[in-house]
Amino acid sequence: MQRIGVFVCWCGSNIAATVDVAAVVEAVRGEPGVVCAADYQYMCSEGGQSAIRKAIEEYGLSGFVVCSCSPRMHEATFRKTAAKAGLNPYMVEIANIREQCSWIHKDRQYATEKAIILTRAAVAKLNLNTPLVAGESDVIKRALVIGGGIAGIQTALDIADAGYEVDIVEKSPTIGGKMAMLDKTFPTLDCAACILTPKMVDAASHDNIKLYTYSEVDEVSGFVGNFTVKIKQKARSVNKDLCTGCGVCAEKCPSKKARSEFDQGLRNRGAIYIPFAQAIPNVPVIDRDACIHFKTGKCGLCAKVCGAGAVDFGQRDEIVTRQYGAIVVATGFRPIALDRLGEYQYAQCADVVTSLEFERLCNAAGPTKGKLVRPSNHEHPKTIVFVQCVGSRDTSGCGKEYCSKICCMYTAKHAMLVREKYPDTQVYVLYIDVRTPGKNFDEFYRRAVEEYGVHYIKGMVGKVAEKNGRLSVQASDLIANTQMTLEADMVVLAAAIEPDPTARSIGTMLTASMDTNDFFTEAHPKLRPVESPTAGVFLSGVCQGPKDIPETVAQAGAAASKVIGLLSKEKLVGNACVAGSGETLCNGCSACENVCPYGAIEYVIREVSDHGKRELRRVAQVNEAICQGCGACTVACPSGAMDLKGFTNLQILAEVDAICR
Amino acid sequence: MPIEREWEPLIVAFCCNWCSYAGADLAGTSRLNYPANVKIIRVPCSCRVNPLFILRAFQRGADGVIMAGCHPGDCHYTSGNYYARRRMTLLFSMLDYMGIESGRTRVEWISAAEGGKFAAVMNEFAGAIHELGENRRLGDIRCKNYQK
Amino acid sequence: MQKLSEMMRARAAELLAQGAVGRVLGWRSGGLGYDPSPAFFHSAEQLPELVYNGFCAANLSKYLIKAGENDGRTLVFLKPCDTYGLNQLLSEHRIDRDKTYLLGVGCGGMLDMEKARGKGIKGVGSLEEAGGAVVFQTLYGEKSCPRSDLLLEKCIACKGGEHMAYDELLGAEETAANTGFDRFAGVNELEDMPAGERFDFWRGQLSKCIRCNACRNVCPACSCNQCVFDNARSGVSAKANADSFEENLFHIIRAYHVAGRCTDCGECSRVCPQGIPLHLLNRKLIKDINAFYGPYQAGADPDSLPPLTDYTKEDVEPGVVTTRGGATGC
Repeated sequence: MQRIGVFVCWCGSNIAATVDVAAVVEAVRGEPGVVCAADYQYMCSEGGQSAIRKAIEEYGLSGFVVCSCSPRMHEATFRKTAAKAGLNPYMVEIANIREQCSWIHKDRQYATEKAIILTRAAVAKLNLNTPLVAGESDVIKRALVIGGGIAGIQTALDIADAGYEVDIVEKSPTIGGKMAMLDKTFPTLDCAACILTPKMVDAASHDNIKLYTYSEVDEVSGFVGNFTVKIKQKARSVNKDLCTGCGVCAEKCPSKKARSEFDQGLRNRGAIYIPFAQAIPNVPVIDRDACIHFKTGKCGLCAKVCGAGAVDFGQRDEIVTRQYGAIVVATGFRPIALDRLGEYQYAQCADVVTSLEFERLCNAAGPTKGKLVRPSNHEHPKTIVFVQCVGSRDTSGCGKEYCSKICCMYTAKHAMLVREKYPDTQVYVLYIDVRTPGKNFDEFYRRAVEEYGVHYIKGMVGKVAEKNGRLSVQASDLIANTQMTLEADMVVLAAAIEPDPTARSIGTMLTASMDTNDFFTEAHPKLRPVESPTAGVFLSGVCQGPKDIPETVAQAGAAASKVIGLLSKEKLVGNACVAGSGETLCNGCSACENVCPYGAIEYVIREVSDHGKRELRRVAQVNEAICQGCGACTVACPSGAMDLKGFTNLQILAEVDAICR
Repeated sequence: MPIEREWEPLIVAFCCNWCSYAGADLAGTSRLNYPANVKIIRVPCSCRVNPLFILRAFQRGADGVIMAGCHPGDCHYTSGNYYARRRMTLLFSMLDYMGIESGRTRVEWISAAEGGKFAAVMNEFAGAIHELGENRRLGDIRCKNYQK
Repeated sequence: MQKLSEMMRARAAELLAQGAVGRVLGWRSGGLGYDPSPAFFHSAEQLPELVYNGFCAANLSKYLIKAGENDGRTLVFLKPCDTYGLNQLLSEHRIDRDKTYLLGVGCGGMLDMEKARGKGIKGVGSLEEAGGAVVFQTLYGEKSCPRSDLLLEKCIACKGGEHMAYDELLGAEETAANTGFDRFAGVNELEDMPAGERFDFWRGQLSKCIRCNACRNVCPACSCNQCVFDNARSGVSAKANADSFEENLFHIIRAYHVAGRCTDCGECSRVCPQGIPLHLLNRKLIKDINAFYGPYQAGADPDSLPPLTDYTKEDVEPGVVTTRGGATGC
């Protein structure tokens, strides 16, 4: 029989205000196995933990139940408490009487009753607990970063500087991501390329970093410390090792119909192209869908003019298989499509552009060489209207419900850049709120209003329409309490940002959970913002939630530090709650082997002693290093031979019995 | 505890640790409400739920049993909930065939971010069980004092 | 059929003499003609007792599990439907194929003595099968009855005459063709009843259960070294049904454990001393599996994955049980 202590936490008033903790203590004192019961204000604090340790010693406890917040919160904490007191850490059970009781129910009587029932269930389970020992596994000292934008680059640099190998897999032909497309960055108005390109070069030349550009993650298997990843290197049709980056092929390419992705479709590019001048690697790629040679078999001009003979039309996709100890997701974002926001006439009017397109128009390396002109007639715009929250904070269902975080700042930046360069151009910003919480952010925005004379109008836009070659913007002015119409030459839409579309398939491959907006969920929104709940997977950048460059770099470093912590371990402590088969009950039917998602079960012929008979039998054997403890095998097994430690059949039945009593 | 009381349904919810249990926690963090009739048992994955557990719950006095897991395709163990989906479909179909009210059992897929959905589902399920009344057809006469 | 019996005895004797097989698994005559039982024959001297007639419904494949404990091969006679059970046992590694010699025999359909009794044929001393009829010698004189009137439930819904596994075939041409009977008719009837009536039907049937375990013992899909119902640590063990819940539990769990592995051999219903129509439970699961996951016949292909250890990303949701319509309510 166990000697169980029950410790009921007040959690300040979080539990005690709704649940009568003293009553819970009294009600469970008489439960089978319970030798002591007490309540305490903050069980997880040093005081609470030492109270538990004292009780373990005083009562000779073999295990304890803590009635408190969710086990997802503090199970690990109390396991450590047990270990410190000399108990096996798995002789601990948590009854969730906060998130699943006191915070849900308002009636004190019902909540207390339920808390007692949940405690009884935990006690019933603990009575059947046995000490468990977690296995160990090796850690492969290499990390994978999926995504080569500023987040991925920064994470990779930090990991590499700590001495570990890192691979960056980037689906476009060059690293750099969205930051490479920017002109200037807030709040310092640094040139984006000037601060990014040195990092790109560092990443490319670092001994510990390997770049897989124009590549995608195809398949992931394994688990923390031991991931096996198949990377598909798409065929560039150019041999990286021979190419000198001279650019003659891109110049001479006769097919100029494809739209440049880097310049947001504002100009054309050739079929063979380098996305932008500072691309890394500085090797062109052939867009086979736009290439005359691949479509008709003719042309082939690039191969003819290439001095290094680097063009290789026969190049094929290649799959590379690599092993990693940790994976960082840094898949980034894109602006949303505006097809459901027709009131802005984005598709109909060339002079209605998104902020990212505007960024390219301002950029000296952009489609207009830095001259800000109207896309329709290339004339200088005399009035520009910036519209905030296009598709953000949108509860109508046409956009996103969340705030995209960066738009207020970059719009202020755009407004100031225009006013600085073209003092004769009038700039209006139509906003709902101006959100500028970062360091020096509010001062930045106030400069736009006070120094640069940008007209900020609080009100939403109802409609944009073309009128006599200009744009008529119908909006409300909530402070003046009027409806107004602005005549503009250009309208810039601060479109909401959403996660990159590849994120979902990456999430599925990694079994990393995502929310309904396709952002990766973090293990804990406040305390564990850079880790996915899936062990070994970390999050860096906008893939986890909208954020600006300073935050991205900070988070990238945080993710890197978690990876370094993981890779620095000699051995990883595995999962103690693994499956195991009772050889006398096992029939050898292979049902468990068929369902195991990890292939952790194999069958061996073993001599089994059963009821006095010794015979050779075909029985199941679980590889505890691979088993992740899902329990699928236990239900497939008809005889009940297969059971899951920590969640045994009898334990769960005991919980059911206690609840239904 | 008072003895004289109007019948309240007893509902057991099996929730998988990675998605639905976290969703239940989120419902709590968001201070949403659902009836105290619902008691949650944590399992590592929905595939851990053996039909024996569900039948045991009904035997020992439950009036409704609901299993909540990750959305198909998002299982933390990649395919666990696919197996659970097949098993529960066949179990529920067999129970329905034997005349047990099909509304007493349910499977819902609830992610860790769907605290609102968790509360809404539990509210709706508790209401439905209230309508159906006490479980007699799949109960064990030795385990419950039938109130009415 | 007489001729086939002789051929079987002769072939068995041959293989025993050659040392190709160590023992023969067949049916031993019971003395009254309608009561043969599965038996092992270890020598040629024992073979005259080997019989094969219209009452040899028993599926011999499950006895191969025990037979496998001995050295050498076991010769077993298998009717077409028996081979599905055999394949199922093979795919679950319960039988070593190398220790078996499968002799597939033709089958004209097996007969139900209860049906004969129902027609007033009692006090049978011996019987003979001639042409399409059975001639009984009873205390009350000679009685004759067409075979087709006496077919077992499982033979009316015959799956066909093809042997799914064999080393040799004998008299396969004597096999009757599939009568085209809809084996799900009984299931459909029950599905069309309101839930309350279904409940009453099953209560009526399952309350007859005496936990003799005959259905479990004869089932080729039920071959666990220790059944959960006999294992004190399983939480569901019981020697007898204490109440209605336990009556239900045994059959729900058993049907569930064999779901996707049940070959629809019909043995469970045949051997039930209380006449519980267990095939109506197992066929319901087969019908559901066919409808939800694609037609599947357990034992047809020993390499196929049973439906409950398989999945597709587009499987139906469990809610289909409530939304598919049909009679509901009390």
